Amino acid sequence: MTAFRFTIDGVEIDAREGQTIMEAADEAGIYIPRLCDHEGLRHQGSCRVCTVKAGGRSVSACTQPAAAGQEVENETPHLGKLRRDLVEMLFHEGNHLCPICEASGNCELQAMAYRLDMTAPTKFPYLEPCRALDASHPDIALDRNRCISCGRCIRASQDVDGKGVFGYVGRGIHRHVGLSAEDLAGTDAKLADFAISPEVCPVGCIIRKRVGFATPIGEREFDKGLIGHEIEERRHE
Amino acid sequence: MAEPRLIEISPVTRVEGHGKVTIHLDAEGQVDEARLHIVEFRGFERFIRGRLLWEVPVIVQRLCGICPVSHHLAAAKAMDQIVGVDELPPTAEKMRRLMHYGQVMQSHVLHFFHLAAPDLLFGFGAPADRRNIFEVLRQEPELGRRAILMRKFGQEIIEATAGKKVHGTGAIPGGINRNLSLETRDGFLARIDEMQDWALDAVALARDYTMSHATLVDSFAAFPSSYMSLVRGGDGALDLYHGNLRALDASGSTIFDQLDYTRYMDVLVEDVRPWSYMKFPYIRDIGAQTGWYRVGPLARMNTVGFIDTPLANAARTELLAGDGEGLNHAILGNHWARMVEVLHCVEKIRELLHDPDLQGTDLKATGERRQSGIGVIEAPRGNLIHHYEVDENDQVTYCNLIVSTTHNNEGLNRAVRDVAVKQLSGQAQITEGMLNHIEVAIRAYDPCLSCATHALGQMPLQVELYDAGGGLLDARNTSG
Repeated sequence: MTAFRFTIDGVEIDAREGQTIMEAADEAGIYIPRLCDHEGLRHQGSCRVCTVKAGGRSVSACTQPAAAGQEVENETPHLGKLRRDLVEMLFHEGNHLCPICEASGNCELQAMAYRLDMTAPTKFPYLEPCRALDASHPDIALDRNRCISCGRCIRASQDVDGKGVFGYVGRGIHRHVGLSAEDLAGTDAKLADFAISPEVCPVGCIIRKRVGFATPIGEREFDKGLIGHEIEERRHE
Repeated sequence: MAEPRLIEISPVTRVEGHGKVTIHLDAEGQVDEARLHIVEFRGFERFIRGRLLWEVPVIVQRLCGICPVSHHLAAAKAMDQIVGVDELPPTAEKMRRLMHYGQVMQSHVLHFFHLAAPDLLFGFGAPADRRNIFEVLRQEPELGRRAILMRKFGQEIIEATAGKKVHGTGAIPGGINRNLSLETRDGFLARIDEMQDWALDAVALARDYTMSHATLVDSFAAFPSSYMSLVRGGDGALDLYHGNLRALDASGSTIFDQLDYTRYMDVLVEDVRPWSYMKFPYIRDIGAQTGWYRVGPLARMNTVGFIDTPLANAARTELLAGDGEGLNHAILGNHWARMVEVLHCVEKIRELLHDPDLQGTDLKATGERRQSGIGVIEAPRGNLIHHYEVDENDQVTYCNLIVSTTHNNEGLNRAVRDVAVKQLSGQAQITEGMLNHIEVAIRAYDPCLSCATHALGQMPLQVELYDAGGGLLDARNTSG
């Protein structure tokens, strides 16, 4: 496998042929923000939060192959603003009430907002959707008011669990994550599915019942550091 | 003064949400009717429906920013029943109690020093720009400093048990999500002696005020009533976290006692009146007209048999001493009662900090699911009832909340009427002093004040005086 080097924000890093910009950056300890991408799932490139500039073009780092000698911009004020706008639009589209959400502190959307310095409510008017909570399954609930349509549950269910519990329905602004049955109880979803595991849903949409607020404040994932801190710590190892 | 008039105070601030006072004067300028209207629609009972049961303690605590712990714990106690847990592991119960004592302490200190002290120190008629905590800090810097540090202590107890000073997540159905580290415990123990000394001084301050203003205290919005609170099971001691219901009538006779609080609907009825969103509870057996009662610190001093911590018990004995065998009905006595409870909380916190169960690791119990749960607690402002029903999918289908201020609704209205009769009857002009007397009467109940208290003494209370035809005769507000 051919090895080569390219730069991210002027820092030269190693890469191998077939790696995406994000994969190479992760190995080098450089964090590129992302929401729809997740380790162990195929790349989708839909949330665009990982947008970087490569050769003057805006590309999603999770799908764009790394190339020898490429000059990539990641942490620039312009990209920071674009990413913050994208995250703000996700807040505007859903009902993300962090103070009462059991995902708070473990939520990647909330953590991304902190990382991107979203220090005030979104400037976009809230759409305030009213989507019924599906608690029909004995062990799992679904609060679609919090869904950001990242599709991680879809890929996890289809590619890892081999089930297809979740799938996209509709087009454009109307596209949303649907189920293979009328409600969750009608699907073959199980608590042991990878799609249901706490790491797959980045927000508080897929709820494992009776867990709630069992993890005390101070011990939640992002109480330990900003999102991406584990990747960035590799750089200093 | 030939025509009847309506005086409207709107908004009354420093109450939970939005309220107004209306006072009707007859053609002779005498007070005909005076009412406190709660014009804000709370809505929690409705929008909690459909949410998942383990979310409830975290959601409903948002009712209030001053005493969220009370709602958090009352809801958690209801959810304990729903998840089939009648007895918590000792660590869980004691951590919750510690949280609650920290809460009652900080809330009472906030009310007494930050909100009521300006009235008590400088007089009800003092200029409005002096009736605030900043003037207290200027004139009584040591008192002000202690007020801030005592409240801080209580808030830090909450943080250590709930994860945050305001709106934490500690109590979960069937238990608690953390214990107390030895390091944190030692930090509190290092300060507990000072807190106890300061609490004793605060009791003395409230007592001395009450004693030296006996005529005012005995006459200001003071009227007999029934009282209700939780008391400890068996011996009837003060217990702010758990117990059974006891109600006494104005003469001190028992109306009901050691009643399992899950039967609250057997003894209480909530009356609805068209002019207020706040209901009027009354004791079923006595009836809507005379069955009203009061709750809160003074009510608890009246209802409980004793306090199980020695310093607070001695302070309570002194508080009730002037009233012979009867009950203390002087609403301004609430301030003294609050400080007795602060002392009790400090003593209880000390007791708990020495208890090794706080470092236990058995945090949660489980049981067989039930459909409904009722949690009752003695919040800083009085008895607090949370009642829920949950379906087989874990979603809330019914919620009923009776908060302390609701229990006190009739008492608040009578206090407003009492002060209005004494201050406004026959007056053509509304003065600053009249307005503040009405505020002082409302404030003595410390009605659940989550939002407006942040005004810190600057009550933007507006009074408008209308003639019978609706014409504006006079208008004033206290910040003007």
